[in-house]
Amino acid sequence: MSTTFTIHVDGAAIPARPGQTIMEACDAAGLYIPRLCDVEGLAPQGSCRVCTVRDNGRCVSACTQPAMPEAVIEHDTESMNRYRRDLVTMLLHEGNHLCPGCEASGRCELQAMAYRLGITDSNRLPYLQPVRPLDASHPLWVLDTNRCIFCSRCIRASREQDGKNVFEYVGRGIHKRLAVNGNHLADTSAQEGDHAMSDGICPVGCIIRKGEGFSTPIGQRRFDKHLIGEEIENKSGRSDLSTEEAQ
Amino acid sequence: MTTPQAATDYATDIVKNACRQYNNDASRMMDILWCVQDALGGIDTDAMTVIAQQTSGYRVEVEGVVSFYSFFSSQPRPQVVRIYLCEDVIDQHAGIAEVAAVFERTLGIRIGQTSADIPVELHWTPCIGLSDQAPAALINFRPFTRLTPDKAEALARAILAGIAVHELPIGEGEGNNSKPLINVEVANNLRLPGAVYFAPHRPLSGLDNAGRLSPAQVRHEIRQAGLRGRGGAGYPVWKKWEAAATTASERRFVICNADEGEPGTFKDRLLLTEKADLLFEGMTIAAYAVGASEGILYLRAEYRYLHAWLNHLLLERRRQGLLGKAIRGMENFDFDIRIQLGAGAYICGEESALISSCEGRRGEPKTKPPFPAQAGYLGYPTVVNNVETLCAIPAILSRGSQWFAGLGTEQSSGTKLLSVSGDCSRPGVYEVPLGISVKEVLTLAGGVDAQAVQVGGASGEMIGVADFGRSLCFEDLPTAGAIMIFNGQRNLLSIVHYFMRFFVDESCGYCTPCRVGNVFLLQAVEKIMKGLGEAQDIESMRQLSETIIATSRCGLGHTSPNPVLSSLKHFPLVYSSLIRENAKGMQAGFDLEQALATARAIVRRPAEVLQCEVRLQPADAHASDRLTGVLAYPLIARSGLDDYTVPKVDSTDDPSAHQEDAES
Repeated sequence: MSTTFTIHVDGAAIPARPGQTIMEACDAAGLYIPRLCDVEGLAPQGSCRVCTVRDNGRCVSACTQPAMPEAVIEHDTESMNRYRRDLVTMLLHEGNHLCPGCEASGRCELQAMAYRLGITDSNRLPYLQPVRPLDASHPLWVLDTNRCIFCSRCIRASREQDGKNVFEYVGRGIHKRLAVNGNHLADTSAQEGDHAMSDGICPVGCIIRKGEGFSTPIGQRRFDKHLIGEEIENKSGRSDLSTEEAQ
Repeated sequence: MTTPQAATDYATDIVKNACRQYNNDASRMMDILWCVQDALGGIDTDAMTVIAQQTSGYRVEVEGVVSFYSFFSSQPRPQVVRIYLCEDVIDQHAGIAEVAAVFERTLGIRIGQTSADIPVELHWTPCIGLSDQAPAALINFRPFTRLTPDKAEALARAILAGIAVHELPIGEGEGNNSKPLINVEVANNLRLPGAVYFAPHRPLSGLDNAGRLSPAQVRHEIRQAGLRGRGGAGYPVWKKWEAAATTASERRFVICNADEGEPGTFKDRLLLTEKADLLFEGMTIAAYAVGASEGILYLRAEYRYLHAWLNHLLLERRRQGLLGKAIRGMENFDFDIRIQLGAGAYICGEESALISSCEGRRGEPKTKPPFPAQAGYLGYPTVVNNVETLCAIPAILSRGSQWFAGLGTEQSSGTKLLSVSGDCSRPGVYEVPLGISVKEVLTLAGGVDAQAVQVGGASGEMIGVADFGRSLCFEDLPTAGAIMIFNGQRNLLSIVHYFMRFFVDESCGYCTPCRVGNVFLLQAVEKIMKGLGEAQDIESMRQLSETIIATSRCGLGHTSPNPVLSSLKHFPLVYSSLIRENAKGMQAGFDLEQALATARAIVRRPAEVLQCEVRLQPADAHASDRLTGVLAYPLIARSGLDDYTVPKVDSTDDPSAHQEDAES
């Protein structure tokens, strides 16, 4: 039997178990912390930093930081949300994210996060507009790394679940980019059924499936109907947890 | 004549041998890659494929490593002479631009471009640890110091004449630098020896005293001494040791961080050259104290010229029973050290990135917790300490913790090595008690007309005359020891600009704020330098800086906005003199000419667009992506990431021009 303890998120007492991250504890309690690189089923890596919270006064990524007893955590506050807006803005400006022309619009987590965080205005930051070649070599998918937000979800899914390493980063800093294990995607072992290539792994329009564009019309897509994160907020997390405790 | 097939077979054999030499162990990737590059001049995709096969990995993983480090090349060029000119601000002020121009002219090649005609390459590289004898360069990793246009021309002509790099004419090296195994023209420039590092030390007296204590007692001594890490962060050494010693494990490691990459720092160069035995004694004591039997010295590639010397000293120590089994007759105390060569990445000075590099990976910091002391190298408890930190250990054990704690200040015990460079008459290494004031350092070094001092290198703080009374210690101005002095002639904003460019180049790219935020910060500085800044830009730079500091994953991003923030704080006039008021509701930051340039180029002068694309290829373009010129990086394309010319931003060379503009 594991002992539960309490963490205090914006003044609310949230139950947590040893070994849980702050994000896991909050998820279970139905408290959504915005995130882009973290996704169910893959090891967290804390690279997008959108889930930054203040844990006993120190900024950490909630997806990797272990929850500790009686931790005082600042999450949904003016300053945390400003950081998150800045980070999402950076990603929007780093790559080419022209939503009206992108097939992922409406199911794109970056776009959805921008809406959730209220990024609607223009700002003072320039656009970097990368011009990396499109990889349309593969019969099933197009790879447009100009839209990559460096979440590593495809890399991790390929490595952890497909056992393949189809993807990896090359280069460093702002010149870092997503590369494939071969000259082109078609040279790799990427194939139908790979978790890395499945829906919900690429959060944006970087990995795009060929041949079935716009099968769900704009306006009826996932984030056209719900805010990102609502599925976690709508979970009856607290009752789940108390049932567990009861057992 | 060799056929293409024979050449390929030859290359494949070289690569396979390199892998075999390291047991086809992917965790020794750095060594394998150096081995291949030394033989073939670079690591191309064919070589990567073979390495991946031999080490049971994937080619793209190998490519990920090769492309991460700036000294690895993906272009094999046997017998190539690679000249790396130091682009640091100190070298800029000392005239590296003239030296570079002579190299370019004499060799007939441009910096960053490779020529098929001659096997010579010219590159810029950040601080190579020779700021006290700038301008300096590395030629096939052999340092050449105090360069002048004449000296550059002589070197270039000798290279063109086919003279081997190890036979190029050099001046006399000081101390061990003149030993055959080092043989470089480097000066030690030890200006002031102090009580700990450069005081007489009876060899092994520290180790022998440690051996009479239990490991826990040794850790206690270090705690009593109040020794804090000398790498800059000042973390108490005993805490790391205690955590590593008390984490249950079959293996533990002690790693010495000799990746001295902070611009303006070079004191570890001196310790490695003259005090390596002290360092190895310190590592051995650390190993005893934490129960480690394996040690690694992570040596930055810029100090590769010391590799043979250090290896020789390790061999000597093994011969004398100071490394290996049952050291000094202590049963159950086995310890040995290997040298891990880096390959050009500032981020590897961060302890968990350094560990990634030792493991043969991209030098990216690891997620913490777990901390290296709990789960570090290959997952085992690992203590990572700086060269200077480890060199203090023997003295503490030899002379006692009370003696050490009595030096320096309350919270900053001991002495500190300062690397002093820039506008002063006596640049070099000073061993001073912690707590010394900046003013005292300036007096010692002869920095009589300083307008600004950069304390702690690029990631430190730029302070002005009003703050020269402040103390160098963890309580006030913490520093890893870099003191860069700038006189009244220096353009402070272009210094800030260089430091920001440095951070953009050196960010590993793992996390968003550091990868992207620093680019925006650099672009904001450039906007102001061009005289296009508005009052709101200052506020947005502050806000951006705050986000980068708060949300970055490691120390690089936690400190990279410091050049901007500290110059804004201490030199606000530098910015305000270039800021323009919005006139008639127009955005001052809007540059009509630049906005039209793209369209003009597309419509009438396509050649210009093409040219910009070429220029934007990074110097050693591992990255095959093209962030195109005018379109992608309007500001960086001119003075930042592209051609690496030493900043020649016209707008700030003559700030008065803009003031007149504004007035008229």
